[in-house]
Amino acid sequence: MSTGLRAEWTKLRTSPGTAWLLLAVVAVTVAVSAAAAAAARCPATGCGQDPGKISFTGVDLGQAAVAIVAVLAVSTEYSTGMIRTTLAAMPGRVTVLTAKAAVVTALIVAAGALAAAGSLLAGWLILPGHGFTRAHGFAPLTLADGPVLRATAGSVLYLALIALLSLGAAAAVRDAAVAIGLVLGVLYLLPIVAAVVSDAAVQRHLLQAAPMTSGLDIQATTGLHSLPLAPWQGLAVLAAWAAGALLAGGLLLRVRDA
Amino acid sequence: MTATQAPPAAVDLAEHGGFAETLRAEWTKFRTVRGWVIGMTVATLVTVLIGLLSASGSMSSCNGQPCHFLYPVGPGGEAVTDTFYFVHRPLPANGGITARVTSLTGELPTATSSGRVRAGQGPESGMHPGLEPWSKGGLIIKANTTQGSAYAAIVVTGGHGVRMQYDYTQDVAGPAGRPAPASPRWLRLTRAGDTITGYASADGTHWTQVGAATLPGLPATVQAGMFATSPPYSVTTAQGLLGMSGTGGPTVDTATLDHVSFRGAIPGAWTGTQLGAGPNDASPAMPGSYRQAGGTFTVTGSGDIAPDGPGGAGPGQTLDHTLVGALAGLIAVVVVAAMFITAEYRRGLIRTTFAASPRRGRVLAAKALVIAAVSFAAGLVAAAIAIPLDSHVLRANGNYLYPVNLLAEVRLVAGTAAMLAAAAVLALALGAMLRRSAIAVTLVIAAIILPFLVAVTNVLPTGADNWLMRLAPAAGFAIQQTIPNYPQVSSACTVAQGCYPLAPWAGFAVLCAWAAAALAVALFLLRRRDA
Repeated sequence: MSTGLRAEWTKLRTSPGTAWLLLAVVAVTVAVSAAAAAAARCPATGCGQDPGKISFTGVDLGQAAVAIVAVLAVSTEYSTGMIRTTLAAMPGRVTVLTAKAAVVTALIVAAGALAAAGSLLAGWLILPGHGFTRAHGFAPLTLADGPVLRATAGSVLYLALIALLSLGAAAAVRDAAVAIGLVLGVLYLLPIVAAVVSDAAVQRHLLQAAPMTSGLDIQATTGLHSLPLAPWQGLAVLAAWAAGALLAGGLLLRVRDA
Repeated sequence: MTATQAPPAAVDLAEHGGFAETLRAEWTKFRTVRGWVIGMTVATLVTVLIGLLSASGSMSSCNGQPCHFLYPVGPGGEAVTDTFYFVHRPLPANGGITARVTSLTGELPTATSSGRVRAGQGPESGMHPGLEPWSKGGLIIKANTTQGSAYAAIVVTGGHGVRMQYDYTQDVAGPAGRPAPASPRWLRLTRAGDTITGYASADGTHWTQVGAATLPGLPATVQAGMFATSPPYSVTTAQGLLGMSGTGGPTVDTATLDHVSFRGAIPGAWTGTQLGAGPNDASPAMPGSYRQAGGTFTVTGSGDIAPDGPGGAGPGQTLDHTLVGALAGLIAVVVVAAMFITAEYRRGLIRTTFAASPRRGRVLAAKALVIAAVSFAAGLVAAAIAIPLDSHVLRANGNYLYPVNLLAEVRLVAGTAAMLAAAAVLALALGAMLRRSAIAVTLVIAAIILPFLVAVTNVLPTGADNWLMRLAPAAGFAIQQTIPNYPQVSSACTVAQGCYPLAPWAGFAVLCAWAAAALAVALFLLRRRDA
């Protein structure tokens, strides 16, 4: 296993795009979060907005870059034929996938932690100037606050789970474009379908089942009672999606020729 | 002797045949890769299936029973709200009516400490003084007293000055300001055949024409008189994934008129008629009333005379909801379009392609043409199936679909297909630039679907997501809007309900501009770089 980990780490480290994509994860997440915080306003009459959610808005876009990193970690091997070398060197296919998952997750957790810290810093700097003050009933955005800590750590975990979901999908379908289309489709389309469905019960079930909306419940710091799922329950739904994708990817990897 | 054997015409012919050849080569490539053909078929299927899923999940009921709302239809075939209090007399021929409006006041529902608006049982309970900007009071000539009939009105409003409005969709601005006892406003409507002209004056002697309306087919005897109506009030209390939740309720306004003079009417008493505001009215309104004391009339009304639409008074849905699946179709199309070029780089086929057809611009153009045509066809088939099928399911589930004229429906079908084609060209261009399908696909999805998602789920404040829907390639979705935005209705219509900040063709032009710019950059890079 440690050989597998080292091999995967070397492959990922020496791929030309990895560093740039990880940089993109951080830059895109922080930039979009800062822009969302700059655009938010909360007048004295109240705005019904959640400063935690606003501060981590960038995760909506940052997860797309995370998905690319994870998909390419698998699909590039197929497009270059490297997978045959990999599997000749390490015949245990589940070991290969586990090693890949571990290395990619570690990288995404590192990049995600930077991205979340940057987003939180942007929110902490910008939001109080836009009406999100104690006078309007908002606690300051610091890690000392329980819900804010949950939102920050949860955003990192969210990105890691998105990486696992993408990795599993890529192992299942092999082609990079198809895998990324599938992952982003599942992430972005289900909330849109939920938004246009007029039946409130169906809408609630869709929001509970969709990996993006349920997973992002972890970012909520106010109005928890109105969420379709409690924060950690929501993250568990995303974890189930990721586990399902990894399982499908692992099974197909085992039974198919490379 | 042989020097004259190659006439220039033959070269031209070869040049001309060149593009057709390239086009055929690209079409053959597309046709023979099974995955791409399957991808386009999947695009059609998911468009239909997701639309079907969303339509079957949209059930509308009133306490478990099917709703029996009344949706009046205006002279142009559009859904309208036609609820007001009407004090009228028959006008058998050409003539006119003049009155002086001395005040327009109103009452709004009071929000309680919990943020809820107390449902008004009448103007006395749970209301406080205030006026909606589009509260109206003034003079109206109307074909008859059924909802949805043709009319022309000259009104004073709560916050938009004097307006001449007719046939629900038309609105002409007149002098600004709200009448007060110290500064009354004189209004006049005259009828000559099918033409009704509205005038306003500050003193009753110097008149300015505000507008003239032609109401085709106006009956010989029409109803003319005074009216008052005030649209429902709503406040946004919270934004979230389930959309903006707001509370609100019906409002009332009261217009005080005197110096009422009638020209051409049969002498007789005034009749007070309440239009709408019944239990089956789609829009919330309270019954109105009128009082006459000497020459002074006090008319109180609630409701609106305006086009109805998404975000307006009624709970209807727009036809483009049947095409929500086009987003999934778009992802499939984008994946295929990006692979259409990146697969050539991956397999090294691009070198053969450029050896066979050295003009790189021509290759890119042929590829763009092929992928655009195929995507357009896939979109056309999908829309042609999804719209009738899903609107049938939506209606069967008790939903009301706002009526749409044929032109808007054709634009919806062709526009959705064209949007897929433009997105495919954008993906192809990004694929040619980046040579990496994963990044190209992600960029297109992030540029087209993510702004839509952000706008639909209210992640950003409304102003910011409106700008995103104007500038990002996602602006192309505007081509799906079937009910126009009317400035004379203060509706809270959002992207989720089918309203876009740009006009349909303007939004589509933004998407096309992005695709064209990407194609230009791709061409530049393709010419400069080694393959």
